[in-house]
Amino acid sequence: MGINLSFDMFMQHLINAVGLGSLYGLIAIGYTMVYGILRLINFAHGDIFMLGAYFVFFATVRYKLPWVLGVLTAVAGATVCGLLVDRIAYRPLRNAPRISALISAIGVSFFIENLSVVVFSGMPRPVVQPPLLMKAFSIGGVRLVPLAILVPAISFAMVAGLLWLVYRTKPGLAMRSISHDIETTRLMGVSVDRIIALTFALGSALAAVAGIMWALRYPRVEPFMGIVPGFKAFIAAVFGGIGSIPGAMLGGLSLGFVEIMSIAFFPRLSGYRDAFAFILLILILLVKPTGLMGEKLEDKI
Amino acid sequence: MLEIKGLNVWYGGIHAVRDLSMSIGRGEIVTLIGANGAGKSSAIRAVAGLVRDWKGEITFTKPDGNSVSLAGCPPETMVKLGIAMSPEGRRILPHLTVEENLTLGAFTRSSKDEIEESMEYAYGLFPKLRERRSQKGGTLSGGEQQMLAVARALMSGPELLMLDEPSLGLAPILVAEVFGIIREINRQGRTILLVEQNAYAALKIANKAYVLESGAVTLSGAGAELLENPRVREAYLGG
Repeated sequence: MGINLSFDMFMQHLINAVGLGSLYGLIAIGYTMVYGILRLINFAHGDIFMLGAYFVFFATVRYKLPWVLGVLTAVAGATVCGLLVDRIAYRPLRNAPRISALISAIGVSFFIENLSVVVFSGMPRPVVQPPLLMKAFSIGGVRLVPLAILVPAISFAMVAGLLWLVYRTKPGLAMRSISHDIETTRLMGVSVDRIIALTFALGSALAAVAGIMWALRYPRVEPFMGIVPGFKAFIAAVFGGIGSIPGAMLGGLSLGFVEIMSIAFFPRLSGYRDAFAFILLILILLVKPTGLMGEKLEDKI
Repeated sequence: MLEIKGLNVWYGGIHAVRDLSMSIGRGEIVTLIGANGAGKSSAIRAVAGLVRDWKGEITFTKPDGNSVSLAGCPPETMVKLGIAMSPEGRRILPHLTVEENLTLGAFTRSSKDEIEESMEYAYGLFPKLRERRSQKGGTLSGGEQQMLAVARALMSGPELLMLDEPSLGLAPILVAEVFGIIREINRQGRTILLVEQNAYAALKIANKAYVLESGAVTLSGAGAELLENPRVREAYLGG
C-alpha cells in the first residue's frame, strides 16, 4: 500500500471529496428534516433523488429542453412526487403506530423503484453532459472541470437558503416547533399538515437537485441509482446528528471525505469503498449515538 | 359568547365529560373547577379543537353577533375565530427563545404592526419576559414559563382566553401574581375561561363558576356564592 501523494493530487481528491460530500449532505437534509418532525425514516427519499435525475434526463435528452428549463421542470416534478408520497403513504398513518409508517415507507420505496423499471425500463441510460460544464482548466497543477466547482457551490447556496427559511421565517419557526411538540404547535393555529407538506417539498427539491448533479457527475441514470446514495446519505444524517440540518451537511462532507481519501491513500481498498460508510455508522453509534451535532432524543426507531 | 350544551367528550376510551352545559358571557371570568381527573381539561380541549371525539353543541358568538358552531373545527379555526388557550403544564417550547415562542402564538396573524403591538402589550403585562426575550424558553423558571404561556396565548389577539391550570406547580405568591394579571387582562376587555384545581384562587376572581365531578356539573353559581357554599368549602377549600 504505497502512500505517496503529491500536493496537487491531494487537492484533486479534496475537491472531489467536497463535491461528493456536498451531494450526500443535500440528500441527508431531507432525511434529517422529515425525521426531526415526524420521527420517520423516509425510505422513499433516495427514490425522489433518482426521479429528479430521470426527469432531467427526459427533459433535456428526450424533449430537448434547454438545461435551465429542464432542471426547473425536474425539480418541480420530483417535489410533486415527494408531496404525493407524504399525502398517500404517510399522512393517513399520522396517528398510527410509528412502525406502520416505517413499513409504508419501505413499501413506497419499492413501489417507486419498480414502477420506474416499468415506465423508464431497467436499462441504464447515458446522460449528455453540457460541454460548458466539462471544459477542463488548471489551477496550479490541479486540473478541474467547472462542474467540480459548481456542485459544492450550488449545494452550499441551497443549504444557506434553507437555513434562512428554517431560522428566519414563520413557516420555519413552525417547523422547529412541530419537531418538539406537535399538539402545542397546533394550538397556536398552525396547520400542521401543511407545514409537514412543506418539509417534504423542501427535502424533495434538495434531493432532486442532488440527483441532477449526481447524474452529471456519473453521467447515467437507472431506476436503482437512488438506493446506495440514499443509504449513505441516511448514514451521513445519523453521523451528523439526525434532526440537525448543519449536522446533515457536516455528516455528508465527512462521509465524502472518508470515502474519497481512504481510496486515494489505499487504492487497493477501492473494492471496499461502500463499506466505509457503514464502518463510519457503526463507529458513531458506538461512540456518540446522537451524532456530531444531534440533540438528545428520548426514543428512536 | 360561548355556549356549551350537552357536551360529551371521550378521551382515550373514557367518557370524560358527561352532558356538560355552560355559558360564558362577553367580558366575564368563568371558572370550571374540580379535582384532578374530573374532566375539566377534556372539556376545554374540546373547545380548543384538540379533542375531536365529542358530541353536543359548542357555539361561539362573534363580536358582530354571528354565531358559529365549533363542531369538527380544527384548532387553527378556533384561533382565527378568536379563541386561544394556554395549555396545562404550560408547554413552552424549550428550544425556542421567549420572543420566538411569542411569535409562534401570533402565527395566524399577518400584519407585522399588529403582531408588534401585541408583543408590546404582552411585555407590558409581563416585564420579566421582555428582559428574557432572547433567552431560551427552557431556561425560564416555572413562574416565568407560566407567564410566557399566557402571553403566548394573548398573541393571537383572542376574544376568549382559555387557561388550563395556570396555578399548577407555582408557589402561592406566584399564584397570586398570575391571577392578578388574569384579572387585569379581563378588565381590559377579554373574556376568560379558567380551568382550575386551585378552587379558592379561581373562585375569588370568577364571576361565574361550575363544579365538575366525574365529568358532570354538580354545582354552579356566582364565584363569591360558591366560595361560601358548605359543600364546596368541604370538598375543595379544606373545610
